[in-house]
Amino acid sequence: MKPLNKDLFNMKRLKVSLAMAFWLSVVTFPIMVIKINTINDTVIWRWGNLALIVILGLFGSYIWNYALDRMKERKGESNRLKETLSGLYQRLRSNPKVKKPVLAAVVLVIAAFPFITSMYSTSILTTALIYVVLGLGLNIIIGLGGLLHLGYAAFFAVGAYTYALLYQYFQIDFWIALPLGGLFAFLFGLLVGIPVLRLRGDYLAIVTLAFGEILRIILNNWGPVTGGPDGISRIPRPSFFGIDLKLQGSINLTYYIMVLMVVITIIVVRRLEDSRIGRALEAMKEDEVAAEAMGIDIMKSKLTAFALGSMWAGFAGVVMAAKTTKVTPDSFGLMESVIVLCIVVLGGMGSIPGILLGAFIFKIVMEYFRVFAMYRMLIFGAVLVIMMVFKPDGLIPKIRRKYTVEKEGA
Amino acid sequence: MAAVLDVQNLTMDFGGLRAVNDVSLSVQEGQIVSLIGPNGAGKTTFFNCVTGVYNPTRGAIHICPPGKKQQKINGMKPNRITERGLGRTFQNIRLFQNMTVLENVMIGRHSRLNAGILGAILRGPSTKKEEYQVKEDSYRILEKIGLTVFANELAKNLPYGAQRRLEIARALATDPFLLLLDEPAAGMNPQETQDLIRLILTLRDTEQLTVFLIEHDMSLVMSLSENIFVVDYGSLIAQGSPDEIKQNQRVIKAYLGEVVDA
Ligand SMILES: Nc1ncnc2c1ncn2[C@@H]1O[C@H](COP(=O)(O)OP(=O)(O)O)[C@@H](O)[C@H]1O
Ligand SMILES: [Mg+2]
Repeated sequence: MKPLNKDLFNMKRLKVSLAMAFWLSVVTFPIMVIKINTINDTVIWRWGNLALIVILGLFGSYIWNYALDRMKERKGESNRLKETLSGLYQRLRSNPKVKKPVLAAVVLVIAAFPFITSMYSTSILTTALIYVVLGLGLNIIIGLGGLLHLGYAAFFAVGAYTYALLYQYFQIDFWIALPLGGLFAFLFGLLVGIPVLRLRGDYLAIVTLAFGEILRIILNNWGPVTGGPDGISRIPRPSFFGIDLKLQGSINLTYYIMVLMVVITIIVVRRLEDSRIGRALEAMKEDEVAAEAMGIDIMKSKLTAFALGSMWAGFAGVVMAAKTTKVTPDSFGLMESVIVLCIVVLGGMGSIPGILLGAFIFKIVMEYFRVFAMYRMLIFGAVLVIMMVFKPDGLIPKIRRKYTVEKEGA
Repeated sequence: MAAVLDVQNLTMDFGGLRAVNDVSLSVQEGQIVSLIGPNGAGKTTFFNCVTGVYNPTRGAIHICPPGKKQQKINGMKPNRITERGLGRTFQNIRLFQNMTVLENVMIGRHSRLNAGILGAILRGPSTKKEEYQVKEDSYRILEKIGLTVFANELAKNLPYGAQRRLEIARALATDPFLLLLDEPAAGMNPQETQDLIRLILTLRDTEQLTVFLIEHDMSLVMSLSENIFVVDYGSLIAQGSPDEIKQNQRVIKAYLGEVVDA
């Protein structure tokens, strides 16, 4: 009798898992089992660890393969639960009696958040909101334009250093630095984009990554101007018409600034998507040759996506500098670019709610689980692999808009 | 009256391979003409040179939009050429697969719209009007091509014949005066081919289009074309009316692969 793949027990799967467990124990044997005591030159055999690895490997591999088989079985088959849920969601959304109170409640919670929770929570939420803006900005470049950008943190740095340097040398106020940070990031995007955007795919990814690192190294080594590895500190928090807000007040103000910025970003991104420019970017992502034949200037579209996406990193950077009151080159390394990329991929490329969720999960989980800081990269990696295999469209996949046209005479 | 398309001594080399060899031809306004020849003869490459995908090694390509001055277009980028009124389809269908049918056509309107970044973000009255208009116009084009049932379907989910028609719809959206169709009937069944013939005739008559097509389906070529160009190994070996081409010995040899001077 042929065992069904979706059955929990399956001989073939068990064999595969046994093989995996064996392989894993062999690979990890030298580090996990053998331990040499260099003082009295003895070898300690930690057989307990071996047993642990075999068991972990066996179960891990079995569950992994089981999930894979389940997914294959379910492909094509429609998911009843999911359909009911999304149907319900659509109906609730279009019902004004439900929509209005829910919206009002959400607005109220967001507005009252700093007063019902602690300063610490408000501060973390502000960081999460900064990452929402970063995610939405990067999404313009990757999700809309299809340009794999691995140096996004550099533009974040441009924003942060714009404020830091302008303050340090010219005592420029936050509110003037904010638009300037965006502008400089935009211009820097154009400057980097013109040579770099001739490349495609992997090549573009590598060159943007390199550019990000170059900027970080410059910031690190141009000590007389940028303060070198120590960066610039004692940057003032956002001001409010010259009123002295105290610490609590400034933290709350920063939070509200970020809420506003997120709202504006969402509106801008949505309008952009649903416009001539957004459609051109999407077409370019789908097929450059065909897009060109439709009259789309590819270079111009790429630059638009690149510079526009970078601009949001600039805005976010200014707020970040004001929030932390300190900038150092190392806060804008490759790691930062990767986190933003993870947010976009995890949440769902091109999906605004997805990116919101992604940013919150990432930042909040990272904050509250600081104990695991050492394993961060490991966990990111694992999460990304799992996502790519089981949910490649992200947690909340993008929903295509549908245009309606009134039929003549209908 | 100047020809809408006038090609002089066009040559295109890929490394050592001469894909198009010294081809000169011209197309008059309102004509339906065909370019035929065996596989690998250089037909698609010829179209790619005319539409700016390739920059020809030698030669001159001039266009003359009806009522306007003649202009040279070689070396221009494809989007500039599209703006000047050349619309095209691709032999290997190149739709925007993950966008809807209507969106595919809306993208064709790109060069006829004005909204820039600021316009898109601020969405003033003129942008709103333009957005409304582009939806309407695109829908009308779908009506003309008979694709409205698929309007909100993703392009990749369309049946093959419908995908070919969508390629035409999308090219039409660019407001061309000259339509270049690369094997529009490939993969179509006889019924679909008949519909296509009617469609091409209608387009020529109602839209004042000039149609230049590459095709292997001889029934379509012979019934539609006023003038036929035949290429073999990159060179133009014959041109004339369908009857002349049917009689032409060199064409018969090229197609049947007979040894010359046997
Ligand atoms: N981009 C290219 N690079 C190199 N060779 C090409 C390229 N495009 C076409 N060719 C070659 O040019 C010749 C003509 O191709 P093509 O124009 O596609 O023929 P047809 O459309 O008549 O079947 C073929 O030998 C093909 O391999
Ligand atoms: Mg061809």
